[in-house]
Amino acid sequence: MKYIEDFRDQKLAAKLLDDLARVAGRLNRKATLMEVCGTHTMSIYRHGLKGMFPPQIKLVSGPGCPVCVTPMGYVDLAIELARKPGVIITTFGDMIKVPGRSSSLARERGLGADVRVVYSPPDAVGIARANPDRQVVFLGVGFETTAPSVAGAIVLARRGGVSNYSVLCAHKVMPEPMEALTSGELKLDGYICPAHVSAIIGEEGYKPLAEKYGIPCVITGFEPLDIIRGVTMLVRQVAEGRAEVENEYDRVVLPGGNKKAQALLADVFVKADAVWRGLGLIPQSGLSIAPGYAQYDAAKKFALAEPDSRENPACICGEILKGLKEPLDCKLFGKTCDPENPIGACMVSSEGTCAAEYRYGERRPAHA
Amino acid sequence: MCVAVPMKVVEVGEFDCVAEIDGVRKSANIMTLDDVKVGDYIMVHAGFAIAKLDPVTAEETLTLMRRIVESEGGAA
Repeated sequence: MKYIEDFRDQKLAAKLLDDLARVAGRLNRKATLMEVCGTHTMSIYRHGLKGMFPPQIKLVSGPGCPVCVTPMGYVDLAIELARKPGVIITTFGDMIKVPGRSSSLARERGLGADVRVVYSPPDAVGIARANPDRQVVFLGVGFETTAPSVAGAIVLARRGGVSNYSVLCAHKVMPEPMEALTSGELKLDGYICPAHVSAIIGEEGYKPLAEKYGIPCVITGFEPLDIIRGVTMLVRQVAEGRAEVENEYDRVVLPGGNKKAQALLADVFVKADAVWRGLGLIPQSGLSIAPGYAQYDAAKKFALAEPDSRENPACICGEILKGLKEPLDCKLFGKTCDPENPIGACMVSSEGTCAAEYRYGERRPAHA
Repeated sequence: MCVAVPMKVVEVGEFDCVAEIDGVRKSANIMTLDDVKVGDYIMVHAGFAIAKLDPVTAEETLTLMRRIVESEGGAA
């Protein structure tokens, strides 16, 4: 696969790791780097990179799995809708198994609810068009990478006069939680900034992190060579006492991002305070449907209550999402909490830190 | 969830294009990109082209990576 395999070359990876070790040798202390994106977390585990990095580097995972940080109460609202007569729930596949307080969409589907997985949000608009006597609700979950496709589908619905389509919106934006984490307990030396969120937002959003908080930021691609190179660029900044926004993934990410996608987001959504599962409320970290598109807002259309955001008190996902603890620090990990029966945010999606540790970690619970 | 795949554009319509990877063809919405042409590489996420991939920059990055490796080999 062109432009994928090239960036997975193992021989080149080994040599770049040698280069990283040499640069890391210039550090006079351990550097803690956070990858905030769930796709980075998965790539690092899948390619076994964590164990190959030099001992001066500590990698921690952040809150960048959108399914994980969606409050359980949101799933409860989706289930409430799925139980209404005449409603078709449409969603990306990764929300299907996520448990709410008493059920999941997969279970509801087994009980007869009409829950359909779509590849792309406009497919859900197509389902609405084909079923004019039903109400079709799409579950809008995801960061800036995904939000333009959901916004685009709303625009297509309006353009096509499709009035039986709406979105249960829980979209979130990325730089705000990074800033919230920066002012918390964790002392971070650098951010591995998300690849495709950055393709939309560009470099600008990370500048306060570098300029105000002195944290180096490197926008980094998802392939192993990208990650090794991005980490090397971060370590070099730390060693040289610099804090800048650099772009390792410049084959895709433009400095200004995707302006048309930004304009689409600004048209269809407005920024709003949002509750992150495990992290709590973060001001202006979410997207709501703009008043001009209120008829496509499922929460308004169905007069839904605010989601309940209480969590299981034994779960330490909040601290894991802040990079303060690791999955193996949790008493529930691999015992009462596993991918089939997830208790907390980090286990609910395959991209969550606990799910990745469960699947790829060296100290899997069966051997613990 | 933020995975996007680099695909080569083989047909361009008004709102969509058809793009290919490893012989598999899929349509992708191009609402948020300008001047999509046959032969371009686009990053496709959830059926939407979210960015173009610049092949020249990609080759430069690979060349840069290989150069680091070569200079290392020379030193050793």
